[in-house]
Amino acid sequence: MTASGLDAPLAGNLQLGERLDARLRIEADGSITALTGKVELGQGIHAALAQIVADELDVPFDRVRVAPVDTSSSPNEGTTAASRSIEESGAALRQVAAEVRQALLESAAAELGVPIGELSVDAGVISAPDGRSIRYASLAGIDLTRPVTGQVKPKPARLRSLIGRSAPRRDLVAKVTGKPSYVQDLEIPGMVHARVVRPPSYGAELRSVEVDALSAMPGVVQVVCDGNFLAVIAEQERQAIAALTRARRTSVWDTGRSEPLKVDPRALLEMSSETALVEQRSDGAGPSGRVTSLEAEYSRQHIAHAAVGPSCAVAVLDDGGYTVWTHSQGIFELRHELANVLGMPSENVRVIHMEGAGCYGHNGADDAALDAALLARSVPGRAVRVQWARDDEFAWEPFGPAQVVRLSAGLDERGAIVDWQHDGWSPGHDGRPAEDRPAEESALLAAHDLAVRRRRPRPRSRLEANGGRRNAIPLYVFPNYRIVDHYVAEAAVRVSALRSLGAHLNVFAIESFMDEIATATGADPIELRLRYLVDARARAVVEAVADRARATPFQTGDGDHVRGRGIGFARYKNHAAYAAAMVEVDVGTEVTVKRAWGAIDAGMVVSREGLVNQAEGGITQAVSWALYEAVQADGSRIATRGWNT
Amino acid sequence: MIERDPGTAEAISFVLNGGGCSVTVERDALLLYVLRNDLGLKGSRFGCGMGLCGACMVLVDGRPMPSCDLPLYAVAGKRVTTIEGMQAADGLHPLQQAFIDEGAGQCGYCLSGILISAMALLERNPDPSDADIRTALEPNICRCGAHARVIRAIRRAAGAAS
Repeated sequence: MTASGLDAPLAGNLQLGERLDARLRIEADGSITALTGKVELGQGIHAALAQIVADELDVPFDRVRVAPVDTSSSPNEGTTAASRSIEESGAALRQVAAEVRQALLESAAAELGVPIGELSVDAGVISAPDGRSIRYASLAGIDLTRPVTGQVKPKPARLRSLIGRSAPRRDLVAKVTGKPSYVQDLEIPGMVHARVVRPPSYGAELRSVEVDALSAMPGVVQVVCDGNFLAVIAEQERQAIAALTRARRTSVWDTGRSEPLKVDPRALLEMSSETALVEQRSDGAGPSGRVTSLEAEYSRQHIAHAAVGPSCAVAVLDDGGYTVWTHSQGIFELRHELANVLGMPSENVRVIHMEGAGCYGHNGADDAALDAALLARSVPGRAVRVQWARDDEFAWEPFGPAQVVRLSAGLDERGAIVDWQHDGWSPGHDGRPAEDRPAEESALLAAHDLAVRRRRPRPRSRLEANGGRRNAIPLYVFPNYRIVDHYVAEAAVRVSALRSLGAHLNVFAIESFMDEIATATGADPIELRLRYLVDARARAVVEAVADRARATPFQTGDGDHVRGRGIGFARYKNHAAYAAAMVEVDVGTEVTVKRAWGAIDAGMVVSREGLVNQAEGGITQAVSWALYEAVQADGSRIATRGWNT
Repeated sequence: MIERDPGTAEAISFVLNGGGCSVTVERDALLLYVLRNDLGLKGSRFGCGMGLCGACMVLVDGRPMPSCDLPLYAVAGKRVTTIEGMQAADGLHPLQQAFIDEGAGQCGYCLSGILISAMALLERNPDPSDADIRTALEPNICRCGAHARVIRAIRRAAGAAS
């Protein structure tokens, strides 16, 4: 974006030499197609990306279409995760749109014989001062194979008209009228239906299957048995379900050698861990006078994603190549891992994203995709639809890992925080498919069950801000602090990314502990926070939410029934959006959240509505996690198999 | 689930979204799969198969019921309304419009069932309180956390109708 030279970084995730038409196309009717690698997960990202493109190109919002995300045509933008879609894909698209607009203007200037500076653009029509004009449609043939240069500046904020407004979620109309909207609804001529018979518990080995009896059931096309991977394929979905029910009842599994699953978070403290200093600071002076210390331990159970619709995928093997439809968050990573397991080059696997039910991180989507591909191999030429059962979704999707945080603080005689120590125990939070995964490993569930078994990779913790360390460093400025990460390499159960990763427990712990300190020192919880917050934007969200909730007293009632409010604050990943939340709770025989307030500073907001919707959903989900959710085990079996267990 | 003999297939008739409908299928085939696969109506979604999440809710003679554990014979001769039958000939149902206006949904997977529950609620109680709405939506799970918006949307639709 700077004029200075070649070494300036390009916007978002743009790569030098990337072609404009890899991201944007002008259709013959003058409408715009935007290409992104970021997938729609119900977060409204495609609406926001369309807003950015429409604004930069001066076309109405409804003239921009976002192309389906497909490994055969979309840019590889990695996983759609960690709130990075706007800063990566959005920034890239804005830059590309600016360069495409420039190309259109150059072309129009030549045609009209008018200097570029005298042209104006409105709703996809370029006009000269004398009234002559050219539509984008008539310039649709311009050469966009040229590379991105980074030499055109996108519009300044004052000239934007769509960014910052709330774009309508176009998909909602189809969803409220019951139109096919999800991969679950995909129908392909000749498609067959499959169900996978998952092991009853971790480590179970398949001993016997009634293959003949199952094969003889009505509509059953194939019984697939490969190691511990057992599945039935039938013409009709209800026939597949009937075969699944029978196979679950009659197949024999050896569960004898399985170890009990230590799902209790405090088990992490006993497991072997790698300890690393994340960050420390010392003022060198040491406190003067008496220091009182305060300690607390916080933990979080394993949490299931538990999307309302269980995972689903459709795959077909045709002409030696696979096509897979999936609600995965990372279709390129998935393609690599599928190709590994299927034993073919990535080019022979095409992965197409379709929406699924809500996605809050790495759920069973990728696993279902491998299930479908493995089964498609048994019935070449026919599309296979695999639908996970509800109880399997709970039992086998990767969980958000359990964690423990121990905090201690040193308080001087005036109640000031002079020292802060944070110790966090957590497995890695990234068990996702990866493009650098070696062939003998696989992140995909069925690959661990095949006769030629792939090793389950350790969840990664390599990224500095990833996993258990995320948001472990408080934004509060203390004179001395020490943040220590205890990485537990072997998790008790299958774990991976769940919304905000380790930030959930780290922030919960930090904020709860601040309240413990406030109570111990008789300080006002808001005042205490503001005393240690230096960053003006951080202070602003805390003050804003405190202001809104001011009418509600901090605490009323006593004994068995109290009502009050509590505040939490964080800056996501310590470098993204600032947020403060206040909730009013009623604590009697049970804890009820009566109201919540939120204040967010996310920098430039593309879709205000999208941001507010996400924040509201995040608050609701976090309340549910805190009050109701914990994955339970019974021996080596996951006992949580529904929302009520 | 019962293993079936294909020989037991029989024609079962009911009223679907206001029109006559006859399906020849095993009599204990579950309504959800008949709707989705035999009749091509994908609007009722599969969430649990146990009647616990509400994603597959339909109206049977005006009463909201999960269709995933409802055998087809149970609706013989009855009126079945799915999300596809909610839309009036002249446009969206006020509830559908209100959900769009309030942005009441993230992934939207739960919305068909929620709209069906809401429609039944407004039929019997055109001016529900928030508590009435919460009670009526008790059988519906939304995992994205659109609850507050859903309540606002139902209130808006009720307000528009009254």
